[in-house]
Amino acid sequence: MTEPAVRAPIGPLADGEWHRLHPASPLLRGGLVFLAVLGFVLANLRERVVEVFVLFFAPGAESPGETPEFGGDWAEDPVTGIVANGLVGWALLALAAVIVLVVLGFWFAWRMHTFRVTDEALEVRSGILFRSHRSARLDRIQGINVARPVFARLFGAAKLDVSVAGQSGNVDLSYLGSAQADRLRGDLLRLASGTRRQEAVATAVGDAVVAAGADAAGALPLAPGAPSVVDRAGAVVGRRVDEFLAPELDPDLAPPESVVRLPLPRAIASALLGGSMIWLVVIIAIIVVSLTTGTLWMLFTFIPAAIGVVSYLWSRITGSLRYSIAGTRDGVRIGSGLLSTANQTIPPGRVHAIEASQWLLWRAFGWWTVRVNVAGQSISQAGDAARRTLVLPVGTADDVRRVIGLLAPDALDDLVPLLDAGLAGTGPAAGFTSAPRRAAWIRPFSWRRIGIAVEGGTAVLRSGWLLRRLVLVPLARMQSVAVAAGPVRRGLGLESVRIHTVAGPIAPEVPALDRADATAAFTAIAAEAVDRALHDRTDRWGVEHAS
Amino acid sequence: MPDPEHAASDASLPVAAGQPTPETTGPPSPSPAPAPGGAASVDAPAHVDDDWRRVSPKHVVVEVVGSVIGAGITVAVLLVVGSWFELWWATWAGIAVGVIALVSIALEPRRVRSIGYRRRADDLVFRRGIMFQRQVAVPYGRMQLVDITRGPVSRALGLADLKFVTAAASTAVTLPGLPLEEAERLRDELVALAETRRAGL
Repeated sequence: MTEPAVRAPIGPLADGEWHRLHPASPLLRGGLVFLAVLGFVLANLRERVVEVFVLFFAPGAESPGETPEFGGDWAEDPVTGIVANGLVGWALLALAAVIVLVVLGFWFAWRMHTFRVTDEALEVRSGILFRSHRSARLDRIQGINVARPVFARLFGAAKLDVSVAGQSGNVDLSYLGSAQADRLRGDLLRLASGTRRQEAVATAVGDAVVAAGADAAGALPLAPGAPSVVDRAGAVVGRRVDEFLAPELDPDLAPPESVVRLPLPRAIASALLGGSMIWLVVIIAIIVVSLTTGTLWMLFTFIPAAIGVVSYLWSRITGSLRYSIAGTRDGVRIGSGLLSTANQTIPPGRVHAIEASQWLLWRAFGWWTVRVNVAGQSISQAGDAARRTLVLPVGTADDVRRVIGLLAPDALDDLVPLLDAGLAGTGPAAGFTSAPRRAAWIRPFSWRRIGIAVEGGTAVLRSGWLLRRLVLVPLARMQSVAVAAGPVRRGLGLESVRIHTVAGPIAPEVPALDRADATAAFTAIAAEAVDRALHDRTDRWGVEHAS
Repeated sequence: MPDPEHAASDASLPVAAGQPTPETTGPPSPSPAPAPGGAASVDAPAHVDDDWRRVSPKHVVVEVVGSVIGAGITVAVLLVVGSWFELWWATWAGIAVGVIALVSIALEPRRVRSIGYRRRADDLVFRRGIMFQRQVAVPYGRMQLVDITRGPVSRALGLADLKFVTAAASTAVTLPGLPLEEAERLRDELVALAETRRAGL
């Protein structure tokens, strides 16, 4: 890796002191819902309220002098009820009290929600009555996600989500200033990498710069009187517009040659050729048939299904808008999104398995999809997990090579010859130990593809015909390895090899190998894993830079 | 007979015994990893086994009791249901379950003999199975947790099960039927080995 000459010093949010979140966060985290509910209620009561107010303050103006008659139905017409019973003052007081309580609650929650970054951990304290104090060790960080929903972007805010090993162990900071979130992400990763803090002088300079930025980002232009208000408002609006129009991936962050992008036509075409499209066709066929034959009950079952599939397709396409994956100093950054944007950074040495797969209909176009196993991101948040483990939604073989190069930079040189044979090849080419012919008894289509190679500290597993798969397991992070054989495999003199990694979408397995080959692979993998784990330093990637 | 301090069974002991941090926050290793090419790999491997080690033959009793109880209840329920409601298939199913259970019990000594483990320089190899054979190698540095569990029958026989937990759920290595003192010795030894070879996740 090349070393950029200067790195900005550790930012003010990571200085070891306690900090608060973005002042707009209560609004973004629930205040908006409250306002919406309040607005909805008022809008519904508006006509009556206006009418009543007219009566109250200008009697005789429109309808002369009669008090509104109240039917006694509070649920139907509460406003009239209040007026007729002379409770206007109390009602206004109650409304004011509710609003004040809610605002106070949000404000207190915001005051009490603080975080700090020490040399070892990110700590978050929150809660009013029930205080909680979470602490995430920096060297256990498995990934950092920065999400910017549309609303948050309007306020120039972003959500930072730090995932640590262990299920539901995420620590999230919602919300921070947009620029601050990026800064803090960089700082966290840098501290995690084992780099020491810089001198205080350098920090102070950075302080001033970001503090000025935060000022502009944080305070909405409500300050009364000063002539600069218009200028400041203009500046803030200008900044928002700039942020909206800025590319999702900051060009300074990664060298352009390391960036893989996803053209929109390919994203759409690949989604339309995906497995879900077949379901959609089947469902539509059923709907048409049931319409023509008049069995209407089937519509009720299959129209929701069709809507589900369409929305899945849609989310797949929109999810890959402005998609980019880039190698930065502190890990692989995967970003996407048009209005709501999100990006995820996987620090070096956190990828436990990589899988490139290609299913039948994509074969003509040479498209592949790449997934990873990462600790702590797999079982919790089931919906998110699929997105977070998907590294490359669709790409060419060349993209796959580059992505693997980003995810496993150290092993790449050894892997290059294996990748071509691994992606599309068959038989014992390029160092693969392949399955014998009798494996066709249990894998009639894919037996030619089945193969394994151990190279450069990585186990390369090749399998699948309908769904071609190439799995790479960095042995430095393998958990255990197993060979197994049931009665059928034993009768054929075969054994399967399985490598256990942290939970995720990938289960690395070679379904059938000759007994001797399997034993050899088992021995080689077990030995190599121990050796690599002992010498693996990628989890403290900053140390070698510093020395 | 169980001694009182182990009478509470299912004693799960984290690898980092004595350190307060629970395993959910990750293994508490203050130093990141052993130094590259450090002394850990070249020390005299006193723990290495020359050959496969078997579990105690008394473990057969545990397995047999377990299957007798399980199969017995199933067979009884099926036969009772079959005779009361005159469902012929339930009766036949009960007989089939009973026969299968008997065959399985007859094979039990062989199956228990197939369970073996072997400590190598840097990892523990475990194997089991006669019909469905499985062999797993777990590097010492990958063990997150070593559990000792004891069921009632095991306790009466003075046996214990040793369970190894890694970050992968599919590792699923349990060494059943070890004499208690051997299980405890093995646990302490593996914990110590895991500490010296601890790597990040």
